[in-house]
Amino acid sequence: MPKPEILDPQGQAVTRALTRIGIGGVADVRQGKHFELEVDDSLDDETLHRIAGDLLANPVIEDWTVTRV
Amino acid sequence: MRIGVITFPGTLDDVDASRAARRAGAEAVALWHGDHDLRGVDAVVVPGGFSYGDYLRAGAIASLAPIMREVVDAARKGMPVLGICNGFQILCEAGLLPGALVRNAGLHFVCRDQALRVESSSTAWTGGFEAGQEIVVPLKSGEGRFVASTDTLAELEGEGRVVFRYVGGAPNGAMADIAGVASADGRVVGLMPHPEHAIDSLTGPTADGLGLFTSVLGAVAAA
Repeated sequence: MPKPEILDPQGQAVTRALTRIGIGGVADVRQGKHFELEVDDSLDDETLHRIAGDLLANPVIEDWTVTRV
Repeated sequence: MRIGVITFPGTLDDVDASRAARRAGAEAVALWHGDHDLRGVDAVVVPGGFSYGDYLRAGAIASLAPIMREVVDAARKGMPVLGICNGFQILCEAGLLPGALVRNAGLHFVCRDQALRVESSSTAWTGGFEAGQEIVVPLKSGEGRFVASTDTLAELEGEGRVVFRYVGGAPNGAMADIAGVASADGRVVGLMPHPEHAIDSLTGPTADGLGLFTSVLGAVAAA
């Protein structure tokens, strides 16, 4: 997800579009990315966090979380 | 004096960058993204375009290409590197320059001749300019909004590492109207606008951009 302090004009455009389809009460939309990885059971959490922090996200502009499902 | 120009899949401006290098009086050397070989060049230009289709993030995949490992090593030893547009994005992703480039604030792709102020003449690529001088070169990008943390911005401003600023406000919402920045040693410079498209009045709005390429000749000769 873009960090809170990074302006997200795409999210703002979505917010405006919501009012156009008659939905009120949405104060803000932030647009981010979602990656699904199919990994071996042997991959530990540390490696998954490396994948997220070193490649999938740019920590200068994005926050990220890793969830196993 | 040999200036290397890298071609990635999706690079667009390598031909113009090579032409600019030759016009400045250097030998332009084609470098291939998949090679681990800088072919003995004295400086490198990472040109604009849409390397790897901007997949993941603009510049993210290209920053991990074999040739970039060599560029990062050489830059850390002081070799001049210039990143233009997508090349700037690649250098940020590679960790050679601070900050990041994100989607323009207005969401529109901006394509126009752009006035810039040269804020620093103490980099390898701007030694031939006067600080405060204004130049006009094309700007053509959809993800050109420079962003950085408050601390990084303060550091850049404090150390005189903001190299180019948009005159009349940033058309893409860039923080502090920043169009280009430099590394701490002033050898690596990145900017969103395109100096390589403004090297003669026949094909560009001005010949102002040539100054970056002639500047690096002086910087390499002095080293």
